[in-house]
Amino acid sequence: MAMRMRNVANHVKSRMGLLSVTNHGASFSSSTHIGKFLAISPPVRDFKNPDANFSKIATCRFESTKADSGRLGSQYSSIDSNQVLDFPGGKVAFTPEMKFLSESLKERIPCYRVLDDNGQLIEDSNFVGVSSEIARKIYSDMVTLQTMDTIFYEAQRQGRISFYVTAIGEEAINIASAAALTIDDLVVPQYREPGVLLWRGFTLQEFADQCFSNRGDSCKGRQMPAHYGSKKHNYFTVASTIASQLPHAVGAAYSLKMDGKDACAVTYFGDGGSSEGDFHAALNFAAVMEAPVIFICRNNGWAISTPISDQFRSDGVVVRGQAYGVRSIRVDGNDALAMYSAVYAARQMAISEHRPILVEALTYRVGHHTTSDDSTKYRSVDEIERWRLARDPVTRFQKWIENNGWWSSEAESELRSSVRKQLLNAIQVAERVEKPPVANIFSDVYDIPPSNLFEQEKWLREAIKRHPQDYPSVFPL
Amino acid sequence: MASCLRRYGRRLSVSICEKRELSTACEGKVIQQQQQQQQQQTAKLLNLCSAINQALHLALETDPRSYVFGEDVSFGGVFRCTTGLTERFGKNRVFNTPLCEQGIVGFGIGLAAMGNRAIAEIQFADYIYPAFDQIVNEAAKFRYRSGNQYDCGGLTIRAPYGAVGHGGHYHSQSPEAFFCHVPGIKVVIPRSPQQAKGLLLSCIRDPNPVVFFEPKWLYRLAVEEVPEHDYMLPLSEAEVIREGSDITLVGWGAQLSIMEQACTDAEKDGISCELIDLKTLIPWDKETVETSVRKTGRLLISHEAPVTGGFGAEISASIVERCFLRLEAPVARVCGLDTPFPLVFEPFYMPTKNKILDAIKSTVNY
Repeated sequence: MAMRMRNVANHVKSRMGLLSVTNHGASFSSSTHIGKFLAISPPVRDFKNPDANFSKIATCRFESTKADSGRLGSQYSSIDSNQVLDFPGGKVAFTPEMKFLSESLKERIPCYRVLDDNGQLIEDSNFVGVSSEIARKIYSDMVTLQTMDTIFYEAQRQGRISFYVTAIGEEAINIASAAALTIDDLVVPQYREPGVLLWRGFTLQEFADQCFSNRGDSCKGRQMPAHYGSKKHNYFTVASTIASQLPHAVGAAYSLKMDGKDACAVTYFGDGGSSEGDFHAALNFAAVMEAPVIFICRNNGWAISTPISDQFRSDGVVVRGQAYGVRSIRVDGNDALAMYSAVYAARQMAISEHRPILVEALTYRVGHHTTSDDSTKYRSVDEIERWRLARDPVTRFQKWIENNGWWSSEAESELRSSVRKQLLNAIQVAERVEKPPVANIFSDVYDIPPSNLFEQEKWLREAIKRHPQDYPSVFPL
Repeated sequence: MASCLRRYGRRLSVSICEKRELSTACEGKVIQQQQQQQQQQTAKLLNLCSAINQALHLALETDPRSYVFGEDVSFGGVFRCTTGLTERFGKNRVFNTPLCEQGIVGFGIGLAAMGNRAIAEIQFADYIYPAFDQIVNEAAKFRYRSGNQYDCGGLTIRAPYGAVGHGGHYHSQSPEAFFCHVPGIKVVIPRSPQQAKGLLLSCIRDPNPVVFFEPKWLYRLAVEEVPEHDYMLPLSEAEVIREGSDITLVGWGAQLSIMEQACTDAEKDGISCELIDLKTLIPWDKETVETSVRKTGRLLISHEAPVTGGFGAEISASIVERCFLRLEAPVARVCGLDTPFPLVFEPFYMPTKNKILDAIKSTVNY
């Protein structure tokens, strides 16, 4: 059931209320300075021409409101608007008063959410509406992801696969962000976003094949489990390296812009990844190159055992956007509707205005870092359980769709048992599929193997012939 | 040398500069697809940076989805290799980047992964290390790790390398050995303007990520006839640029001109030297070197980079493996010292003509 992404527009209800951009960053004093909100009227839905809806949004440029001079004057007692300096970088007012910018704002950047913990719509919220069809797909893909993670994790514990990475607790980030994109948007993942692939149609069998490194593995047996990639689904192959994908997304986005595509690049990373040099490089480049790229940070509180207090001393990741000239938003990552809305809006801005957008999705990593980790060694079981049960993004969204009359307990049990059955079957099948051939060691290092690889393959094959007991026999020669 | 000229019937000019003599280039092979232009071939005296500039102009001209970017490339670059490109192709295709090598290469990988030709400049090879992770862990493995669904073959990274007379630690380095240990990328080093243009075009058009080190010493000082048309020289093919029978010398880049002087001097003492330009360091052409050593029985490798762990070690080990019983003497390496590149002591550090000549003689007299 491949969703035709372009038809999403036909189903989206007109519930776009206020979308605004504020210049929080200029407010380094306290209180009363939130800028004016810029309201845009809901676009008219033209069901015959979906692109008309996009272009209406596209022509509404989201302008930052400018600080009024009174506010600035309230902090600096002796500013004269005639006192302006003209250095490289533009005109800047000067002041004889020595004042340091505070290391942090008085209050943390607020977090955008539209569904409360019980899945109830918050009053006066603005969000991008979804049809019942999309909502049901978002929900069932979240359930599928959650179930896949549970079952594949168990498979690793049973020794059937060598390794696995779960995204438990981050299902809303995965699925809802994917739902807000089109198939033409390039996804450049870290490694905790298989839900995006799932949304796009990667099958459970394909997931299992990659984890079992069998002949159906899209990586041809070369990479650890959970290192998915699929050109067909416009999803770059996962690599274990942290944040190195961020500059790739910028270059790819630049290409999309230059080729005039109605598409953006979307890249994911964690709180830990935001400390890497490549994060800095990518955001800076994206702003300078005016690349249509969305940076989605899954701030889940933990980088393996490192809590965010050991990771950075800024107010999370969202505040860093402005340092690079990148428009940013903080979102409740466990609120599927808020995630969907924020990514939807971010995509519009990225493409129509040729700019990067930073989305910090706050969430919690319910699972261990990977199967090689036991997180009870560095955090309390109570904390984990609290997030797993009371703050589960899947249950929260379930309540919302049930309240809308789009879901039922019958549908629920039908979905869960069906998905579980499919997954167990996929594992059984994957376990029996032939392993990839030994020749896969030597191909694709270059486009054409060079002479040294010919020699080495010959040498290896002779060694296999002479000492077959040294090598696993399941690999076709 | 004379026989080489006769074979190809081309007049090539030689330019002598103060401290180094430059090699005359024997004609490299011209790839078939350029044949239709052979009737109308003209050549012009160009220096190395002009030849590279021409190659870049041609690369951008022939592929609308090609880009040149890096620090300061827009105004023409600190070595003028990118002159005229922004004016001709626009600032969307030829542009400055922020000062961040990991960003330059990472951005280039993304561009290349979308099927573009991304020609990145690193201002000095000495500054390539922040991009080392992107080159080794990302670019080199991009195709392999994706099961060939993706590749960044369109990526070419150009960087000036090598001694320049006054460069010291950070404007003189030859880091090629670090990259020769990375399966998945190619490393190419031209010796002259005519070679540089053809090799650079091949690198840009090769479907694998390539690191192209340009001998900065030769940017202005090397001058030779460079054909004006679009031509490509093959990668992973070494070239015998001087034939001989007593000893094989292997080198690349600017060092070849020093080695050539040593060969000329050695000839006066009755030693016939065969000189090979490796051109591509990985994947390297073992067959040509092996054939030569089977003929001469002796091998000498020379490079500016420090001797320990330098690429000469790989060549030596491979040739000893293949030609042990044929060898008349140990493989000699005449290279830079195992020190950071010292400023005023550069003349002491460098593998000079006489150091090479001494090694030729002791190898021959072993």
